[in-house]
Amino acid sequence: MNPDIPAIAVENLTARYGERTILEGVTCAVRPGEVFLIIGGSGCGKSTLLKYMIGLYTPAAGRVCVHGVDLSTLDEEALLGMRKGMGVLFQSGALIGSMTLFENVALPLSEHTRLPDETIARIVRMKLALVDLAGYEDLYPAELSGGMKKRAGLARAMALDPSILFFDEPSSGLDPVSSAELEATITRINEGTGTTLVIVSHDLDLIFHIAHRVVLLDSEARGIIAEGDPHRLRETSRDRRVIRFLNRTIEG
Amino acid sequence: MNRRVPDAHPPDTPGRLPRRLSLQRDTAGTGGLRLSVSGRLDRDAFTDFLAEWQDLLPDIEAGRPERIAVDLAPISTADSAGALLLMQMETDLKQRAIAVDFLHASGDIEAMFTLLSEQAARAHAGPVRTDGGNPLVRVGDAGVRAYQEFVVLMTFFGEMIATLADAVRHPRSVRWGDVLVSVQRAGLEGLPIVGLISFLLGLIIAFMSSLQLKPLGAGVYVAALVGISVVKELGPIMTAIVVAGRSGSAFAAEIGTMKVNEEVDALVIMGFDPMKFIALPKILAAVIVLPLLTLYADLFAILGGLVVGVLGLDLTAQTYIHQTLQGIRVTDISTSLLKAVVFAVLIAGISCQRGFLVTGAAEAVGRQTTSAVVSSLFLVIIADSAFAIALHYIR
Repeated sequence: MNPDIPAIAVENLTARYGERTILEGVTCAVRPGEVFLIIGGSGCGKSTLLKYMIGLYTPAAGRVCVHGVDLSTLDEEALLGMRKGMGVLFQSGALIGSMTLFENVALPLSEHTRLPDETIARIVRMKLALVDLAGYEDLYPAELSGGMKKRAGLARAMALDPSILFFDEPSSGLDPVSSAELEATITRINEGTGTTLVIVSHDLDLIFHIAHRVVLLDSEARGIIAEGDPHRLRETSRDRRVIRFLNRTIEG
Repeated sequence: MNRRVPDAHPPDTPGRLPRRLSLQRDTAGTGGLRLSVSGRLDRDAFTDFLAEWQDLLPDIEAGRPERIAVDLAPISTADSAGALLLMQMETDLKQRAIAVDFLHASGDIEAMFTLLSEQAARAHAGPVRTDGGNPLVRVGDAGVRAYQEFVVLMTFFGEMIATLADAVRHPRSVRWGDVLVSVQRAGLEGLPIVGLISFLLGLIIAFMSSLQLKPLGAGVYVAALVGISVVKELGPIMTAIVVAGRSGSAFAAEIGTMKVNEEVDALVIMGFDPMKFIALPKILAAVIVLPLLTLYADLFAILGGLVVGVLGLDLTAQTYIHQTLQGIRVTDISTSLLKAVVFAVLIAGISCQRGFLVTGAAEAVGRQTTSAVVSSLFLVIIADSAFAIALHYIR
């Protein structure tokens, strides 16, 4: 992978739900191998930006490039190929309810590879062990706790060894211990495999512990109001909104 | 012995209860009034308290005081309703240009009062919803929405037909395991209710018509009457209604919930076509199941007629069956099966489409499930009418 080409480049993106504009003129780039966090208060368009990055929606204006390729120029098949290189952990895990954990994690493997069943089974067990879920293969999602569902979702997102992993609010709804465990797993993945991580979060612990770089979104500005290393931002930024968010204060 | 049981909740009449508000001249102060509030200031006392306050208000007004001091010390308990009462008192007095001082409020009441009035002040900070108030605008909006929905629906059916065609070309790409599960749920598990409804339907038709035909000595024609009406019309329609209610709703609710849980998004990201992965097995299952259920329904309805024929019309079972077979033509059966296939595509298609339309939360799942059943029934009856006319002219 060429280190000069950003893993993801968002250029002048405008996002709308119906007539409501969520994001306007957003530009940012994710470097290969970095842990990139999209942060901001509730309703500022963090998850929306993520969904544009993975090509779930088509931008009203502007474009999103993944590894230098504009997603909107791709046809259905090429987009599919591009998505094989991306893994997404959705907020609730988004496991398919009618399938066991094993089947969920095996799903992308059996669809997109020609590996023999036995190999797939071994990969699935390996991925489940990576998120501390070895031995839970035959359970259904409904039988798992929220934290386990998230970890299982992570195992599935990593099934095809993606070069970019996306996380939508990974620590929401988790107790502090599970949250710290997930954080450790995330760091391990980034350091161990060099996978680019794009994480949507408003969890300050997570932001200061793992982020290489952040972009801070604001709902009134409909876009990015600060970008950079979160520690430096906290110390040097003069923007009241940035100080308020990063210091968890009500009055700026 | 006639013992009188006291009421658990005696009616709150102002006369019987001690007064909660008492008014005195303020002797120590500036010649203003002093109002003392006592007892419970909560939601149970709300109505009585308010009435008492409104009774008292003219008295206060008559004195034309500049200030009034309200002593809250004797209050035993208070809740939000109580705080609301105090706010009401304040507003009423302010309107009459009388200043109010609340005295001796306990810490709890003070805190609640501050919290609630802050909330009231912030209540208008939210975004204002702008509905098109003009009826003409609303009619126009509804028209545009209906058109957009129609376009979405047609796009969906187009995609569905393309997916079905693709499935015919590449049958191995279909998730047959899921098809089987849906066949079991929509078909096998529906057998008892479809059987029961059809049996009773046949029985009722036979019974009602036998009452008319028996006096004329034409009781033997009941068999053909039941056979024709059931095979040509009622069998396919009744089965379609049951399947729409049982399975159409299930399809919509299942897909809707998957949508809410982001499972559909997850599938798209993993490179699956939701139409092919989720909808296709359900549509195929319906196409397999509905014709079979229709035949099964026809059979049970004829059986129901047979019971009336044998017990009420003194026909032998053999005669009844013979008469039935005489009445029905093979084309009747084949067109009814064709109808069933069309109904299946319509019911499963619209139900899956409604499921995919779900956005947001659980409430939307309910709404789209209702819409799935209603739209299914609507499409089925329209298609049935089209069939009736078309078949009439084809012959």
